[in-house]
Amino acid sequence: MICRSFPGGTHPPGHKTATAHAPSLICPLPAELVIPLAQHVGAPALPCVTAGQQVARGQVVGRADGFVSVPVHASTSGLITAVEPRPHPCGAELPAVVLQPDGEDAWAEEYQKQSFHVLSVEAMLERIREAGVVGMGGAAFPTHVKLDPPQGKSIDTVIINAVECEPWLTADRRVLLEQMEKVFTGLEILKEVSGAGHAYIGLEDNQPDVAALLAPHCQKRDIGLAVLPTRYPQGAERQLIYAVTGRRVPARGLPMDVGVLVQNVGTIAALTDAVTRGRPLIERMVTISGPGVIRPQNLRVRIGTPVAHLLKQCGVTEEPAMVILGGPMMGVAQHTQAIPVVRGTSGVLAFRRQDVPITTAGPCVRCGRCVAACPMRLQPTFIADYARRDELDLAERFAARNCIECGSCSFICPANIPLVQSIRYAKGAILARRRRM
Amino acid sequence: MEPRTPLLIVSPSPHLHAGLTTSGMMGTVLLALLPAAATAIYLFGLPALRVLLVCVLGSVAIEALWQKATDQPITVRDGSAALTGLLVAFNLPASSPWWLSLLGATLAIVVGKQVFGGLGHNPFNPALVARIVLLISFPSAMTHWTAPQPGRFLADAITAATPLSESQSAVMLSGHLPQHISEFSARYLLGSMPGCLGEVSALVLFLGALFLLWRGVISWHIPVSYLGTVTLLSGIFWLMDPGRYPHPMFHLVSGGLMLGACYMATDLVTSPLTTRGMLLFGCGCGLFTVLIRLFGSYPEGVAFSILLMNAVTPLIDRYVVPRPFGMDRGRELI
Repeated sequence: MICRSFPGGTHPPGHKTATAHAPSLICPLPAELVIPLAQHVGAPALPCVTAGQQVARGQVVGRADGFVSVPVHASTSGLITAVEPRPHPCGAELPAVVLQPDGEDAWAEEYQKQSFHVLSVEAMLERIREAGVVGMGGAAFPTHVKLDPPQGKSIDTVIINAVECEPWLTADRRVLLEQMEKVFTGLEILKEVSGAGHAYIGLEDNQPDVAALLAPHCQKRDIGLAVLPTRYPQGAERQLIYAVTGRRVPARGLPMDVGVLVQNVGTIAALTDAVTRGRPLIERMVTISGPGVIRPQNLRVRIGTPVAHLLKQCGVTEEPAMVILGGPMMGVAQHTQAIPVVRGTSGVLAFRRQDVPITTAGPCVRCGRCVAACPMRLQPTFIADYARRDELDLAERFAARNCIECGSCSFICPANIPLVQSIRYAKGAILARRRRM
Repeated sequence: MEPRTPLLIVSPSPHLHAGLTTSGMMGTVLLALLPAAATAIYLFGLPALRVLLVCVLGSVAIEALWQKATDQPITVRDGSAALTGLLVAFNLPASSPWWLSLLGATLAIVVGKQVFGGLGHNPFNPALVARIVLLISFPSAMTHWTAPQPGRFLADAITAATPLSESQSAVMLSGHLPQHISEFSARYLLGSMPGCLGEVSALVLFLGALFLLWRGVISWHIPVSYLGTVTLLSGIFWLMDPGRYPHPMFHLVSGGLMLGACYMATDLVTSPLTTRGMLLFGCGCGLFTVLIRLFGSYPEGVAFSILLMNAVTPLIDRYVVPRPFGMDRGRELI
């Protein structure tokens, strides 16, 4: 193991103690589940149910549309009341299946237990795809696509991403502690499917208890335990790969270009359920926390549960002023609490009015802190400046497209300049221009 | 139409901030310079206090007036004008009349900073612009030094020469250094010598710089490369002829070097963005300082060398760019 240090980075406050040590609870079913058909990168699923139809738990309600797509399932049994556009975590209104639970929570069919060792690689990939397993760290990229590299590319190293560098979030930590066997089984499945010979678990050193617990298991199974210094964004794919293996993923490439596959802890657990039991991804661990929450905790939440229901479960000190899906560094502030939890939702954070300072951007004083903090070694202040003036050529020459949008630059900027927002705009505008050309 | 009360605040990520602000940084630098200001008052008495007050209050007032006159938001609360004023004062002799101090403050704020668009847009260090303009326009007032009289606030001023000008004229006249300069003494370290307000307290300034390093307001790159280059180059000359060239330690504690290396060259706006750029910048400052001090017509070269490197900063920023993570070569940024 190499444990290199990626360039740049910042040290946001952790805020993890509120939820790190309490066991997760099962979140009761809400009165209505809103299950978006687009919960993954790629083509949205096509609805295959209609309003008025009864569905069972785990039944497919949206079919995969192409290779880079996955099916969507009913999170519980009940009545489909509508298939219509509903508020989606991305900010728009997108097609969703609205489900009224009947309280039975009956599975669609008896899922039989089967050792994955008797399944072929193809059969395992098929189960992963059918179960709708996507990256649960936030990006929601279909897992079967990652596991199936194109001709000429091979994977020799698998890394489980248990870094969870976003403040407040402890969902991955709880999955690792509570479902450790599933994680180790999933790692074996990953090695078998991808043909990788080496496996690592990447963890930050702010979780010594988890590291101590994992160490004997990892030694027994010949898994490398990489305890990395706590620094944001240690959990970003490229930074994690560099820290563990010393390999640099090419700027325009993918981890598979350097023979590495990275999977989030939650994804591994879901993948194990899919392969060994045929269970679809209809539930996930979600951290409900933030200064506005009275009883911060980790809940096992059915996909489609509205945020309002979760905040009611945990209690809010007052009507929240800001609700974030994901972590505070990369998560998206929502405009309504009607937003449902989707497969990529790792956390729900509620901030009170006094926790959300409204700031105005001052002039750049060229302090260079954004340059020093950028984990991709870019010069955020220049790119953002070009983006604001719509000088896309210059923004592109300064490698705007390499930005991973971790937010380190905006976090550190003494002038409160929304650097990552401008760079995000530049990235979008550069891509749009390329498509036009 | 009455705007509706927002139910939820929506803003782009990140939703956290490190907490360091521009005004916070300015305040920290002001704090780090206070002991040096106190030392100047202790050494030079009430005239020093007058220069400090006129420069600081003058800078703030002139910035506010300028912004009001040009119909801009008044931003003097960010502390940058006060800091510029303090640095102008540190670049003036204690004997400066009030009009010279006020003129310095005006030059720094208006010509040094506001005509370029205010904070963040000036290519040259404003305080040094003021110093150089005054030095060239009023050479006698700007080189009228008084000897420090520690603790004697109301004593009559005694005219004296700075160690640097003393050594320069001695070398020019006799070809070798005066005895007391070739035998370096600790009194220079504590600042007991004639000079500008900010030239006479190298030790206090150095401690202030350590505070800034600890607080993370400045990085080590510029001070270390600047002072290192001066030590190295002046050391080479000293080894060649100790009778003619002063000891490197003399260079470090005399003149405006400590002030320049730790507080003026590190000015965020006018120094490079990248660490490699900062090192290059510091080395350039050091090179020109030694060349001007040893071979130039002025005894002191800190201000000129920093301004010279300020002019090179955009070039350094353009050519010294970090190689993006995961890319083989730098981009063609030319």
